[in-house]
Amino acid sequence: MFEATERNRRNRKVEGLFRLLFLWMTCMLILPVALILGVLIVRGGPAISWEFLFTRPINNMTAGGILPALVGTVWLVVVALIASVPVGVAAALYLSEYAPDNRLTRAINLAIINLAGVPSIVHALFGLGAFVIFFRFGTSILAASLTLAIMTLPVVIVATRESLQTVPLAFREACWNMGATRWQTIRKVVLPNSVSGILTGVILEVSRTAGETAPIMFTGAAVFMPFLPQGVLDQTMAMSLHLFVISTQVPDVPEHMPFGVALVLISLVLAMNGLSIAFRVYLRGRKKW
Amino acid sequence: MSTAAPPSADSDCAIDVVDLAIRYHGQLALSGVTLKVPAHDIFGVIGPANSGKTSFLRAVNRMDLMTAGMEVSGSVRVEGRDVRSWRNPYALRRRIGVVFPLPVGLPMTIYENVALSSRLRGTRNKADLDVIVERCLRRAALWDEVKDRLDSLGSLLSGGQQQRLTIARALSQDPSILLLDEFSIAVDPVTTMRIEEVLSELKSEMTIVLVTNLVQQARRLASQTAFFLTGELVEVTETEAMFEGAAQDPRTTAYVEGKFG
Repeated sequence: MFEATERNRRNRKVEGLFRLLFLWMTCMLILPVALILGVLIVRGGPAISWEFLFTRPINNMTAGGILPALVGTVWLVVVALIASVPVGVAAALYLSEYAPDNRLTRAINLAIINLAGVPSIVHALFGLGAFVIFFRFGTSILAASLTLAIMTLPVVIVATRESLQTVPLAFREACWNMGATRWQTIRKVVLPNSVSGILTGVILEVSRTAGETAPIMFTGAAVFMPFLPQGVLDQTMAMSLHLFVISTQVPDVPEHMPFGVALVLISLVLAMNGLSIAFRVYLRGRKKW
Repeated sequence: MSTAAPPSADSDCAIDVVDLAIRYHGQLALSGVTLKVPAHDIFGVIGPANSGKTSFLRAVNRMDLMTAGMEVSGSVRVEGRDVRSWRNPYALRRRIGVVFPLPVGLPMTIYENVALSSRLRGTRNKADLDVIVERCLRRAALWDEVKDRLDSLGSLLSGGQQQRLTIARALSQDPSILLLDEFSIAVDPVTTMRIEEVLSELKSEMTIVLVTNLVQQARRLASQTAFFLTGELVEVTETEAMFEGAAQDPRTTAYVEGKFG
């Protein structure tokens, strides 16, 4: 009675073909990740040691460790966070909770999207002009971190706004109808239920900031520093620039060293991403409605 | 359109609406509403979906300020004072409790749901809050079911319990007006009956506007009922008269007899 027609059979065949195609594409996606990690672990793994992580480079960076670069990257990331998180979260709160839907708001949204699309080398030149020269911060952690902050601001804003939007409008309306102001509503209902999502965005920002090279090259990162930075107006070494330098600029670097640096950097970033995923899972588990 | 609210002294009138019209992004949603809601009584509002009932409630507590594209014209006077003359709309909203169609238990504990409004007003004393929370939960007929788990999440109660929680929360504002927007949509019949009993008791203390899609609910509770249809007020009539075929407009009779809508 229910016999497949020619058409049914063909649909089924096409369905199978597309499933295979998509599966294949997905596998192609995993391949580079696996290869990168594999190569780094095999070739960089032997370089990793306590000495590598916790001493300074010696002999024109052909031996010794990466401590100043590691510490420098932490400095850059932390200062960038201090600059971008308050601004980003405040902007997202305004756009999500207060802004009327008018031309100004749309212009701001467009600006955020465009800011996210600006190439990092352009940010670098902007940072050089604005922070290093105009504001006279010199090449320093401050100038480099502010450049990074501007570059990652769209990430924070978009992640925060999305997280705020997951709180249902009905909760806000219930609160408003009780006579709560928008700010009271944000404090009592919106923020407590979106803070994990905001943290996820912040962590994503960290992982991006840690890996950037171009924006810090002209603004605050030094090729070689024999000492650790003492404050935000010092220059600093950074993992990403260090990797670039010992891979391309310095002769006679032992082969495992650049791979070791790359492995440490990527571990740092992956650990951050892992933390962000853990937060997301925690957020879902704690969902209150 | 005809309106025939019985004449009443202004002090007996909780909400006085004259020529109210509401637009969303220029699109007319409700127009030509003139009516008086008597104080300390239950005033029913019936009508099919999209007839402007909810918009009417939103105009009363000035939700047009919080809603993009919502414009209100005409006048709405609450206790003799035009709602748009309140420089502080938050103070106005505190006097008006609202219950929504779908129960909105806020994602905080049961206790905090009911204590929230007092906290927003600056009450910090735990003993005072305890008293308020217990009194409001008792009056909303929920206390016995939740008194042992005030620290569990309000948003995880059953639909009927959450709706009583929102009523308790509205009562915690100590409102002089209670707006109910189709409160029984997500509530089982037994809970609906319990809430209706609560409302009958509350009307001695406050004015209740009961928007409902159940015409029999309006009949059970409301002294006067307004019939809204496609963005217009058709009439306001004594509820019993409306149901006994004495409505002024044949559309009203047809609606309450279930012939359309």
